[in-house]
Amino acid sequence: MLEENPYFKITSKDVIFKNPKGFPKPIYDLTKNKPSVEGFTLGRKLFYDPILSVDYFTSCATCHQQFAAFAHIDHPLSHGIGGKIGIRNVPALQNLIWKDAFMVDGGINHLDLQPISPITSPTEMGENLPNVLKKLQADSTYRLMFYKAFKDSIITTEMLMKSLSQFLSLMISSNSRYDKFIAGADTLSIIEQKGLNLFASNCASCHTPPLFTDNQYHNIGLKPDSNLNDKGRMAITSFKEDYFKFKTPSLRNVEMTYPYMHDGRYRNLKEVMNHYAASQSCTKMKFDEFEKVELIAFLKTLTDMEYLHDRRFADPNTY
Amino acid sequence: MKSQRPILKYSLFIIGLFFLFSFRFSEPKNRPSLVIEFNHFVGKDKLILDSLMYKNEFNQSYSIGKFRYYISNIKLRRKDGTEYASNEYYLIDVEDKKSQQIVIREKGNYSSISFTIGVDSLHNCSGLQKGALDPVNGMFWAWNTGYIFLKLEGKSPYSKSPSNIFEYHIGGFKQPNNCIRQVRLDLPEKTIQVVEDDADLLSLSVDISEVLKTPKNIDFTEFSSVTDFNNATMMADNYADIFGVIKY
Repeated sequence: MLEENPYFKITSKDVIFKNPKGFPKPIYDLTKNKPSVEGFTLGRKLFYDPILSVDYFTSCATCHQQFAAFAHIDHPLSHGIGGKIGIRNVPALQNLIWKDAFMVDGGINHLDLQPISPITSPTEMGENLPNVLKKLQADSTYRLMFYKAFKDSIITTEMLMKSLSQFLSLMISSNSRYDKFIAGADTLSIIEQKGLNLFASNCASCHTPPLFTDNQYHNIGLKPDSNLNDKGRMAITSFKEDYFKFKTPSLRNVEMTYPYMHDGRYRNLKEVMNHYAASQSCTKMKFDEFEKVELIAFLKTLTDMEYLHDRRFADPNTY
Repeated sequence: MKSQRPILKYSLFIIGLFFLFSFRFSEPKNRPSLVIEFNHFVGKDKLILDSLMYKNEFNQSYSIGKFRYYISNIKLRRKDGTEYASNEYYLIDVEDKKSQQIVIREKGNYSSISFTIGVDSLHNCSGLQKGALDPVNGMFWAWNTGYIFLKLEGKSPYSKSPSNIFEYHIGGFKQPNNCIRQVRLDLPEKTIQVVEDDADLLSLSVDISEVLKTPKNIDFTEFSSVTDFNNATMMADNYADIFGVIKY
């Protein structure tokens, strides 16, 4: 059996949560859903299994690729069942237990509820919960794995979501070169340090370290795309002042999560810098060409190779 | 003497068995309870699903295919001023007979009943819930966390939606789109009926046509679909008065 592959075998050491130095206390309450070897292994299998989609073809990992920090590299908008295209760019998955709300509009208020949205969205996995539970219940491997994880072989929504959360909650990126520099264990080049200084005085008020987000919603002066008709945060709150506001994304691993913005309109970091340099909404930023290069050099120090290659989060079905 | 001992043993065993059984049989006896029954009507008529026989205030014919709603925070006020309060959540569904009876495990001399239509803010904000509130029941918005408090679906030739359907999925716990509504009904004489020694029955009426009127009369051509916060409170104000008490 594939699960027996020793390289992918999860051990008790793999599921220990350690709050990274300098990170705040997580928002997600891990004491209520403590990752276990069995629960984490099950969550990982589900994450990589297209059984969760209506056509048995699309898994969570279809759009959330590990080498892209679980974003979808080179895809401006999300892809779903039957070639359907969504209205937004796939966000990276990392440090989820420090988020108070999910999706770029912040519409989902709890990690345990988040996976229901892509599973049931008609442009993503197109399923419904009763049918997903029925399919899992009919599968003897899953029955056994759910039994091992939750001591019950009648699979419920709660068991499904908690196993996914056990997997997702340990997706923590905190070992980038920047982190090592802060800890005094690595150095930055002069150009990277210049970028860091520019970042600290121009960007960090919204992309606040160590998570590189303020968990707030902002309109950064992008021109709305009339074909998408995305109202942003306003679609959740109904407040006019929230029109076209989106949640500040973390910049960890930003080098790997191209294209950028909620609709993936910018292909690379240079285009993003050009936007901010010209933007009406962030007037302080009038970066020249040198500064843009320095900022990008700094942003690349946020790439966490250990996270992108952590075998715990890799597809257990590969050899 | 010796020959009598097995008989003694045997009779003790029989007596023991007797005690055991009498204990077992007495245990599942029902506690005195009050059964609250939800009876669904459209105007004065008993609800018949998928039958195109109902008319709204604009004389537009319609049928009902689905009607389900959450009831919570049930409080029964006794004549002495004290109160019985339940913290259970109930999903009432016209297609599920069992869901239409709520058993309150306490009989009493009740003078009024109050309850909430919908799900309070706490249970919309504290992660995954179980039982009636399990998202598997289809009364949950995945993209904007929160429960659908009331779902009414059907058809009308006046609706411009595909297949002439109309659908009202009403919910929302945050201002200014709060759709939680409180219901309070007095229980005068001849409302709580003694059915058995240990069970009383309270029959409530639920008039689905009231979802489509007072204060706002719903024109199927204009409002065939309300499925997010747009117009949600308008529908919530309409459904606040669907309940009544049936006298026996």
